[in-house]
Amino acid sequence: MAEHKNTHLLPITVEDLTVAYRETPVLWDVDLEVPPATLMAIVGPNGAGKSTLIKTVIGLIEPSAGRVLVYGKTYHEQRHLVAYVPQRGSVDWDFPTNALDVVMMGRYGALGWVRRPGRAEREKAYNALKTVGMEHFADRQISQLSGGQQQRVFLARALAQEAQIYLMDEPFQGVDATTERAIVQVLQALRQEGKTVLVVHHDLETVPQYFDHVLLLNVRAVASGPVAQTFTPANLRRTYGSKAEMFFK
Amino acid sequence: MDILNLIFTDYTIRTVALGAAVIGMVSGVLSAYAVLRKQSLMGDVMSHAALPGVVIAFILIGVKAPLPLMLGAAIAGWLGTLLMMTITSQTRIKEDSAMGIVLAVFFGLGVALLSWVQRQGNANQSGLDKFIFGRAAALVEGEVVLMSLMGLVVLLLVLLFWKEFKLLTFDREYAAAIGFNTRTLDVLLTTLIVVAVVIGLETVGVVLMSAMIVAPGVAARQWTDRLGRMVALSGLFGMLAGVAGALISSLERGLPTGPVIVLAASVITLLSLLFAPQRGIVWAWARARANRRHLRAASVLESLYHMALHHGDPLHPHPLRSLEAALPGRDVAHALRQLSAEGLVREALPGAWALTPAGVANIQGLLHDMRMGTPPADVVQAAL
Repeated sequence: MAEHKNTHLLPITVEDLTVAYRETPVLWDVDLEVPPATLMAIVGPNGAGKSTLIKTVIGLIEPSAGRVLVYGKTYHEQRHLVAYVPQRGSVDWDFPTNALDVVMMGRYGALGWVRRPGRAEREKAYNALKTVGMEHFADRQISQLSGGQQQRVFLARALAQEAQIYLMDEPFQGVDATTERAIVQVLQALRQEGKTVLVVHHDLETVPQYFDHVLLLNVRAVASGPVAQTFTPANLRRTYGSKAEMFFK
Repeated sequence: MDILNLIFTDYTIRTVALGAAVIGMVSGVLSAYAVLRKQSLMGDVMSHAALPGVVIAFILIGVKAPLPLMLGAAIAGWLGTLLMMTITSQTRIKEDSAMGIVLAVFFGLGVALLSWVQRQGNANQSGLDKFIFGRAAALVEGEVVLMSLMGLVVLLLVLLFWKEFKLLTFDREYAAAIGFNTRTLDVLLTTLIVVAVVIGLETVGVVLMSAMIVAPGVAARQWTDRLGRMVALSGLFGMLAGVAGALISSLERGLPTGPVIVLAASVITLLSLLFAPQRGIVWAWARARANRRHLRAASVLESLYHMALHHGDPLHPHPLRSLEAALPGRDVAHALRQLSAEGLVREALPGAWALTPAGVANIQGLLHDMRMGTPPADVVQAAL
């Protein structure tokens, strides 16, 4: 990686990143530059390391080698600029709380230790729920929400963080069409505001329609860049192997 | 009335009741978190692992002073928990096996040390074995004050870190991502659970104290969908169980306190599992039954409607027997009587039934709903 690059202007720079669970590499020597105001899809087959990449960016996983920079500094220093939407299935939705309370958790980082959320936090959380069209469900116990509604609550929680960068792990997994439309609209609005959004995505068909940038990942970064130049049959074949043929039929 | 009188007049019973109330409330509050974190069994490890700590503390100082014994229990319980967490994270051994290993090793060591101490002829050791099944009658005022102070600190810390513990319990990764040190929080919450266990150790006993870290939380979850209410209710349930159990056991000579407290907690939990609104098993069962009855009635209405349509008249009557032939194995007569009570069908001729206009409207609405994506007729049939 050339040292003269102005990494502080780039929302995310990944340099020579290798992550291994025990002896098996999950990510191998990945380089990635995410330009500002982009809506980038991360696609690749199962086990390609898509979620691992996101979790490494936000410091949940320690890399074996390489580093990640957020606007030129470590994630630790720039945490307030990054919002995260985990996979919906990563939590137990039978937890005793309601939608508004979950969204309010998006403000906890800014509040810091011990300080309690107050009216300002409630308002921000309510507005975030409104943005995803869920304000009527503010009082609803979260286990009584549909999968799509739960996903929108998670998105609202990230919006409440008021960040510059949004990292989302499979937000379209098992959601209804209404939710998918609502989420895409929110993501595109974020890009309009100059925010940067990275989305782990499964549905190859919608990549050109929803996203402007794409990272093709299969342990190694096969290709990344604007969808028009990067999302090509040749690159997809290099990412998915023979399975890619199914997509072009 | 006698019991109430005794609580206010009898020094021993008042002390016991107060002590048990503190134990129940503190372990109840922490049990809400243990249950939500799916670490209910951790209490088992902690309490069993505490036994060698109690005995070693006694060996070191030679008297049964409450503070050193509690400290010994806390250190051993904490070490056991830490060891269990380390085994889980550093090896391929799963959590349940790690719990089993730590529990057995520590408890075994505790029992071995205990029998060794008992053979040493130190008269002070008598009563140390009560730590296994618990004995409320042994409580003295000083201990209750000590337990209350420790409990107060635990509860204050739960309040202070309310938002952090909530986040940690609901979504650990997110907590880490937005900058909370989840390892520190884990250790803190685990330590609070250890303290809650230690407070009740002498009264409830190491074998059954773990139940106090499970039962109140499970019971409280049944009644509410808010964390705050659940924690409060859990503390209340624990307190009730503690007081009830301690009083009953101290009134009847020879009843060990631990099992009676745990039985009281179990009764509360059982009632909650059965009868809590929404989540109670009894209501779920009643809802399923009402649903089945509803579907059965719908299928009778539907058959009647389709048969009548063959005659070009939705109000055309049909003998009970043809309906029974169309719906073999169902209690058609019973369903017809119900529908008739609701005014949806009528016995037009002796032994022959027809839809009423209201019944026609009802079945047409149902059929419309089904086409809109609600269960189709074969699903309705299968459910009967």
